[in-house]
Amino acid sequence: MDAIFLQILNGLDKGSAYALIALGLTLIFGTLGVVNFAHGALFMIGSFCAVTLSKILTLSTVTLDPTKTDFLGNPLKVKTPYVVEWFGESTGNAMIDWSVPLAILFAIPVMLLLGWVMERGLIKHFYKRPHADQILVTFGLAIVIQEIVKATYGANPIPTPAPDQFVGSYNVGALIGLDASYPYWRMIYFGFSVTIIAAVFSFLKFTTFGMVVRAGMADRETVGMLGINIDKRFTIMFGVAAAVAGLAGVMYTPINSPNYHQGMDFLVLSFVVVVVGGMGSLPGAVLAGFLLGTLESFASMNEVKGFFEALYLPSIDQIIIYLVAIIILLTRPRGLLGRAGVMEE
Amino acid sequence: MSNLTRRGLLKSGAVMGAGLAAPTFFTNMAHAYTNAPTGSSVTLGFNVPQTGPYADEGADELRAYELAVEHLNGGGDGGMMNTFSSKALKGNGILGKKVEFVTGDTQTKSDAARASAKSMIEKDGAVMITGGSSSGVAIAVQGLCQEAGVIFMAGLTHSNDTTGKDKKANGFRHFFNGYMSGAALAPVLEARYGNDRNAYHLTADYTWGWTQQESIQQATEGKGWNTVNNVLTPLATTDFSSYVAPVLNSGADVLVLNHYGGNMINSLTSAVQFGLRDKVVNNKNFEIVVPLYSRLMARGAGENVKGIFGSTNWHWSLTDDGTKAFVKSFGEKYGFPPSQAAHTTYVQTLLYADACERSGTFNPCGVAEALEGFKFDGMGNGPTEYRAEDHQCFKDVLVVKGKENPTSEFDVLEVVEVTPRAQVEYPVDHPMFAGGDLGKCNPGA
Repeated sequence: MDAIFLQILNGLDKGSAYALIALGLTLIFGTLGVVNFAHGALFMIGSFCAVTLSKILTLSTVTLDPTKTDFLGNPLKVKTPYVVEWFGESTGNAMIDWSVPLAILFAIPVMLLLGWVMERGLIKHFYKRPHADQILVTFGLAIVIQEIVKATYGANPIPTPAPDQFVGSYNVGALIGLDASYPYWRMIYFGFSVTIIAAVFSFLKFTTFGMVVRAGMADRETVGMLGINIDKRFTIMFGVAAAVAGLAGVMYTPINSPNYHQGMDFLVLSFVVVVVGGMGSLPGAVLAGFLLGTLESFASMNEVKGFFEALYLPSIDQIIIYLVAIIILLTRPRGLLGRAGVMEE
Repeated sequence: MSNLTRRGLLKSGAVMGAGLAAPTFFTNMAHAYTNAPTGSSVTLGFNVPQTGPYADEGADELRAYELAVEHLNGGGDGGMMNTFSSKALKGNGILGKKVEFVTGDTQTKSDAARASAKSMIEKDGAVMITGGSSSGVAIAVQGLCQEAGVIFMAGLTHSNDTTGKDKKANGFRHFFNGYMSGAALAPVLEARYGNDRNAYHLTADYTWGWTQQESIQQATEGKGWNTVNNVLTPLATTDFSSYVAPVLNSGADVLVLNHYGGNMINSLTSAVQFGLRDKVVNNKNFEIVVPLYSRLMARGAGENVKGIFGSTNWHWSLTDDGTKAFVKSFGEKYGFPPSQAAHTTYVQTLLYADACERSGTFNPCGVAEALEGFKFDGMGNGPTEYRAEDHQCFKDVLVVKGKENPTSEFDVLEVVEVTPRAQVEYPVDHPMFAGGDLGKCNPGA
């Protein structure tokens, strides 16, 4: 029972990341009609926003300590971060320690700007082109971004830990009479994801801007004929989608150390999530994200793997998502919450 | 049919036979072996991961190769050429020919690695291929070199199979292997953690992971440990939480991570996040073991490696003359100490060059003969021998631990014990290495 409870938490946690990326993908597809294969790269850039801020906060002055030597026997170079010099030891070190949460503030403008530049600079030229062209150009863009990040930051994962207060785990299972410790930061990630998802839905549901965007998603031409510059709003929504992916990446850094190809790791799964949820359906993307994340976690339990191996289905944890996707699409071709007419012409 | 006579057939056959044989004969006279150097230079092929998850290891290997070439051609301070027990190298290239090199990108994929090695042999005329950072890649390229008739000096490859069931006469490995890690680590683990332990293994699902897991399991069970479970994890895994969570309630009190590179960084991070290191199971502190450590990896895992035991082929903090000379050369050129990947590739390049000098030829069969049974010292690992029967180097192995109080960003591992060669040596027909055939040296051409 403890193990099952842990895998439910794991699934919700994984599902959080899938849901956030899929939400952005669906927003872009629903507004601009573009299949954005560079969305995983935006998640990765978000992670590297946290890495960049961490590096900025640890920029240091270097002094030589003649009493100690480095690996070559030369006087040891002692680094003192500028923030420690400027704000004192406790404040400076706290800023460095809290670099991941602080990176949220850093990432929002960066991702909004990046989304705007991507949309205006490249993707708008592909609105009237076939989906295959859009996939090719955005996939190419993803590779370019990935290689730039690798050339800048190297190929190895870069550890970017959570603040000291959130290192370790809490026996959350004790609340319901179980013994199941779960990492603090993963619980925070889940809470953060739910907050972001709620914020995006509220923005679309309760603001005038959101209402116009939803109207545009339903009937772009009619909204345009009412004198509303829907293209401008859709461009902003591209930026919002980029920011959502970026924030998902920022908060994910303590869970998995950022590396240049992590965007690709999430991209394919997130597309499956979008298709299973229903192309263009925001609630569908969220629902499918949590559902597939949970299924993936359960499939990696030893008992489940053993059961499927007995049925000549080895490595079920690797194929479960695709297997479920096939079953859902065979029984509900529009996905869980898909609307008629989307990607069907 | 009436024109076909016995005499005519014999004449035609003789002429055809001579015609077919002549080019081969002259070719063999001109090139008795593949890519025999004819000009004033000789080309070596450095096949390393320049992209993909092991690209940083590959970059460090490439730095070491370039340093070795510089030293062989008489540049720099000579590095370990000054401390090497063999004095055949003179700093004038190899056999008087200037050393040049070409590089290939393995992408840590066997097919890409074979393609780049093939290109270096066929298009660039490389007379020797060297490189690694993945056992799957090393085994694939070693097979190719055997077929092509060039020497393969393996870089970082730790699977037992490289010099076990997949060994080849044209292939040589300086790096240690999974069996040696187990033999060196088990006594240290027993001394620190006792002999009543339950181990849970998470293992990378390919040749290196399988053979290392088998080696560690056998070595620790030999000390009284029990193996609770071994779960294979796909190489592409990035989030190990769903593999780590079942460990919590498995009854295990030790987690063995048979992972390398990014896999190890992520699985260790997950294990620490789940609080495994703070748990008490079976009235014992829960422990984590990483059998194969690299400094680059340890640095990537950050704080999480503190106090965790593992093994390594070499470490820059050793104090022998060879290590000091290499660290000085490398450190002054690049600004940071070399990794074990850099060390083994540098040593392999020098060993190849030395074998050419001692045998007086680039012919792979002459070079192989010079390397087989070769005993040397001064290269950072103490007295070392290239065993003739399987082309595996035998030397001391280092047991290391993540340093509790590092003094710099490079100072992440401390050497706990130098395990003597005798303790990690095994017979050539040991079951973990059985099934292969070294075969005969192939000079190609």
